[in-house]
Amino acid sequence: MPTKRETRNLTIVQALREAVREEMDSDPNVVVLGEDIRIGGSFLFTLGLHEQYGDERVLNTPISETGFVGLAIGAAIQGMRPIVDFQYSDFLFTAYDQIVQEGSKLRYMSGGQVSIPVVFQMPTGASGRGAQHANTMETFFFHVPGIKIVTPATPYDAKGLFKTAVRDNNMVLFCVHKHLYGSKGRKLLDTGTGHVPEEPYTIPFGEGLIRREGADVTVVANSLMMHRALEAAEELAGAGIEVEVIDPRTLVPFDTDLVLESVRKTGRLVIVEEGNQRGGWGAQLAADVASSAIEYLDAPISRVAAPDVPIPFSPVLEQAVVPGARGIVDAVRMVLTGYQS
Amino acid sequence: MKIQLPDEAERSSLDGLPEELLARMYHRMVLIRRFEKRVNELFLQGVMPGTIHLSHGQEATVVGATSALRADDWINLTHRGHGQALAKGVPAKTLMAELFGKVTGCCRGKGGSLHIGDVAYGALPAIAIVGAASPIMTGMAFAFKYKQTGQVACNIFGDGAVNKGDWHEAMNLAAVWGLPVVFLCENNLFGVSTHISDVTLNERLAERAAAYRMRSTTVFGNDPVAVYRAVGEAVDRARSGDGATMVEALTYRQGGHKRDDPATYRDQSEVASWLAADPIPAFRDRLLSETRVGEGRLSELDAEVESEIEEAVQFAMDSDEPPTAVALEDVYADQA
Repeated sequence: MPTKRETRNLTIVQALREAVREEMDSDPNVVVLGEDIRIGGSFLFTLGLHEQYGDERVLNTPISETGFVGLAIGAAIQGMRPIVDFQYSDFLFTAYDQIVQEGSKLRYMSGGQVSIPVVFQMPTGASGRGAQHANTMETFFFHVPGIKIVTPATPYDAKGLFKTAVRDNNMVLFCVHKHLYGSKGRKLLDTGTGHVPEEPYTIPFGEGLIRREGADVTVVANSLMMHRALEAAEELAGAGIEVEVIDPRTLVPFDTDLVLESVRKTGRLVIVEEGNQRGGWGAQLAADVASSAIEYLDAPISRVAAPDVPIPFSPVLEQAVVPGARGIVDAVRMVLTGYQS
Repeated sequence: MKIQLPDEAERSSLDGLPEELLARMYHRMVLIRRFEKRVNELFLQGVMPGTIHLSHGQEATVVGATSALRADDWINLTHRGHGQALAKGVPAKTLMAELFGKVTGCCRGKGGSLHIGDVAYGALPAIAIVGAASPIMTGMAFAFKYKQTGQVACNIFGDGAVNKGDWHEAMNLAAVWGLPVVFLCENNLFGVSTHISDVTLNERLAERAAAYRMRSTTVFGNDPVAVYRAVGEAVDRARSGDGATMVEALTYRQGGHKRDDPATYRDQSEVASWLAADPIPAFRDRLLSETRVGEGRLSELDAEVESEIEEAVQFAMDSDEPPTAVALEDVYADQA
């Protein structure tokens, strides 16, 4: 029988709030800055933080994304470990130059003279807010060397990976799907919880997980899509199809070996991501698997992603565009039989 | 619109300045001028790769400013950064090697002219995107204040930057958080081919600071002592916890934007008046007439510069090209 302590369940945002406090307590160089963070930011990541740590370490910024991202980069060069809280990751575009041209390249251009340990806390994905608050931001930066990208799907991973992100000496984009935080409006929810131990722990980057074992088809899916893949796997199990669901957890670095190992067993691969299909991380994974394990494939690799359109507002249209369990089930059936159903 | 030079009455006094400081300023100005002349020759001979942006005419501004900084204060470099680097103390040897793309260069050959710099001298490797260094230097100042180190960040930028959002956001953040930054504008009147008066109505760019309730001043940037005094006051305020200041230094890019730019778009009378105001002969004359630094000492300094530069060129030419494996290094910290 597990004790109550062992089964403590938290939402992702609760797990993250705990992680940021632990890191702030252990390292005085960790500060948090962002818009409206005195009231918790958009997804309550910083709820209560200002009361606890004050103006010096919890900095409420003007709406100046370029300014405060650049400020975080400069502070990091001088030995601090800033966490930049974005209300919506979509606003990173206004600081794109700072992140891509400065932050990701200064170490390289200078021949290794500087380190830039900054974590960007980024709510990503579509959530009923229309096209400008719905970008799957991880994809936009997947192309850029010098940046690490984390996309946790569970509270346990969120906490362990966040602590690793704060201690990492590089820029880390920490992308959490807006539907996964466990907050809505200015309220904390009690749904989407998962086990988070009370003892501190970290999770290394670049280690994916098999979320569900299966012999027939490998499905690789991250973030919210990982949950959709598990739903699809459950449905397919009812039809006698055993799906292996892999959660890469971090996109950069990517645990390609774990996927290759699974594909060598199943011979079939479906890759699921929420972003637009063209140029997504799934395209890279498909290419890597094709070049390393094509002889193990019994069917073409299938990709499930949003069509190449912005995210529409109408809930009906958004649902039509964003991949869901239905589309994953169809893709799995297609790689198994050549038919969708 | 013509930019009016500050008149003679506004120019600096040498009173109270040690002659050693003045001699050092002279040395640095000549070093920058001669270094860049040599770089230009090497570039035209086809010996040096890449692209270069020279700062002939602007030496007094960077030398005056960095003379007011401590060794552990930081500046950033811009795309026109050779002079800024030399002024802050980056050795000519590793700088020259970097321009050649050699592995002994200050950035291991991976930065080149556009990204030179050496953090050991508090010279952030150059950011060649106009205005983009302003938030970063503001961030350094944030760290200095947070850690109470007493250091100051000096953000160097050109007139072009004052119409960039990065700069405005940084100015506001520095002002509202009271950060120890000196915003130093090298106003050389031109953003590539565009005269500042064609794109900005402010008669003085320092006016912009008022929008952020930040103190500012405009000085004659060809007078190293005027810049030294203005930046010195700003640094003192920053160090004593009194926040940021903007210093606008009016100076002039004697040549084109880069080597292949003949700069024919300039008003010839403006060019002539600024060439007549060349900072180096003016400062030399001033030292001879107003101080006891004599011709002998100045000639010694001139000779020192020549040998320093030839040594740098020799070092750079003799240095190895980077092994190609270096191209894959330094992407991530803690990279295996």
